[in-house]
Amino acid sequence: MNAALRLVDVTVSYDRHPAVHHISVDIPAGEMTAIVGPNGAGKSTLLKALLGLAPRVEGRIECAARRIAYLPQQAEIDRTFPISVFDTVLLGRWGRFGGFGAAGPADLHDARHAIEAVGLAGFERRPIDTLSVGQFQRVLFARLLLQDADLVLLDEPFAAIDAKTVGDLMEVIKRWHAEKRTVVAVLHDLDQVRREFPNSLLLARELVDAGPTPRVLSAENLLRARAMAEAWDEHAGACEVPVRLSA
Amino acid sequence: MLYDALIGPFADFGFMRRALVASLALSMGGSAIGVFLILRRMTLMGDALAHALLPGAALGFLLGGLSLPAMSLGGFVAGMATALASGAIARFTRMREDATFGAAYLTSLALGVMIVSFRGSAVDLMNILFGAILAVDNTALCLVAATTTLTLVGLAAIYRPLVVECFNPGFLAAMGVRGALYHYLFLALAVLNMVAAFQALGTLMALGLMLLPAVAASFWAREVWSMTAIAMPMAFLSAAIGLLVSFHAGLPSGPVIVLVASLFFLGSLLLGSRASVRARLSHATHLRG
Repeated sequence: MNAALRLVDVTVSYDRHPAVHHISVDIPAGEMTAIVGPNGAGKSTLLKALLGLAPRVEGRIECAARRIAYLPQQAEIDRTFPISVFDTVLLGRWGRFGGFGAAGPADLHDARHAIEAVGLAGFERRPIDTLSVGQFQRVLFARLLLQDADLVLLDEPFAAIDAKTVGDLMEVIKRWHAEKRTVVAVLHDLDQVRREFPNSLLLARELVDAGPTPRVLSAENLLRARAMAEAWDEHAGACEVPVRLSA
Repeated sequence: MLYDALIGPFADFGFMRRALVASLALSMGGSAIGVFLILRRMTLMGDALAHALLPGAALGFLLGGLSLPAMSLGGFVAGMATALASGAIARFTRMREDATFGAAYLTSLALGVMIVSFRGSAVDLMNILFGAILAVDNTALCLVAATTTLTLVGLAAIYRPLVVECFNPGFLAAMGVRGALYHYLFLALAVLNMVAAFQALGTLMALGLMLLPAVAASFWAREVWSMTAIAMPMAFLSAAIGLLVSFHAGLPSGPVIVLVASLFFLGSLLLGSRASVRARLSHATHLRG
């Protein structure tokens, strides 16, 4: 199997408490993989670690992707900030023009195209504080489109979003899959995962199982994940498993 | 008559002209900084930072007397030290930055007042706390003008990373950009403006011409550039009107200028085109779509 991401004995901790504990797993290239697990299972933390944004990461993360695009949870964005839809989407080309360069005609054209592709044509000049949660998620997807990444990480892309928008954005994700991009999404709707995502990774701070979705999301695995996530020990001693520091 | 009221004071007195020019420069640099302070939700932290200049300025005063370069340098160093220290403490201990800022600035303020009292008179202390825009000399004018130039050029240079750092810092980090760098560059420019403003308005009100017009502008505009474009003339008008009122009525200029800026704020709060009292109370029929 060709891995887009390989995690070797990865532990991520906040205040020494591991949020992700000794995980080794391969995420297949060009596939759609869902990360599922109860609240506090370390799903978002794992994505942050993949991006190099987590505070303390032990173990090794190998990434074959040239370019990574990341959809944060909406709570991490100041949605009252005075910026237009078009400018927000155009930021997807940051890799091209950076903090100081100018956007070229091709960037402007692609931004307009991406806004159309997510169904927001005509919204270009609207300030983002006038958008609904669903419309703003479309904006962020348009920005992802512009990033043209071979690995797309989505953190709860469908939280608090209506069925129509979920359907439209799911089409965008499927198009990425058809273009052989790797998609990794943190999701809570297990029916949706079973329907749309062939691969899954079940997390409860430790890895419960990873592989084909029907096997991973078995009743037995889900029960086990819930039991593991609830076993948080405020006064835990130091972990005994020897840790290999990243190379 | 109108000439005597509006133009005469500036035509007849050099100190009024210098005060007016200093106000123009302060308004241009300061209101741009003020807009970003609001967008970064740092209005109160900015105020704390302005108070934190005091011990540095006081130390400059202790060593160099009422010498503007010494006091400005001291103020800048103290302000930056406070900003960097409270940022570092917040990151190191996961204490919230507003709490560490509060602790740091109270320490600074007390320290500053104590240092001034070692040598200065009550008049010196009043000048440092509340400023003396009518005593602006050519050195001060050059300092203020240089600060404004540096601020406008600097903000233009870091504009895009700074905007993204305000609105979606995670995106910037994912792009491999160190947002903290731009945060601190911005803080340095902010401290520089406070230093420039403190001769005119004092450490207690240095932020008056930065924040009040910027807050007022946020009731009229919804983009960064238009907020700034509205805040700048408001700041300058506040200063000009304040100077005239203080001249004719024999009132201290600093507080009057800040109070005029407050009037602009109140007016905008009541009449502004967005999120204002008028917008809340208007019974216009809702739109069709």
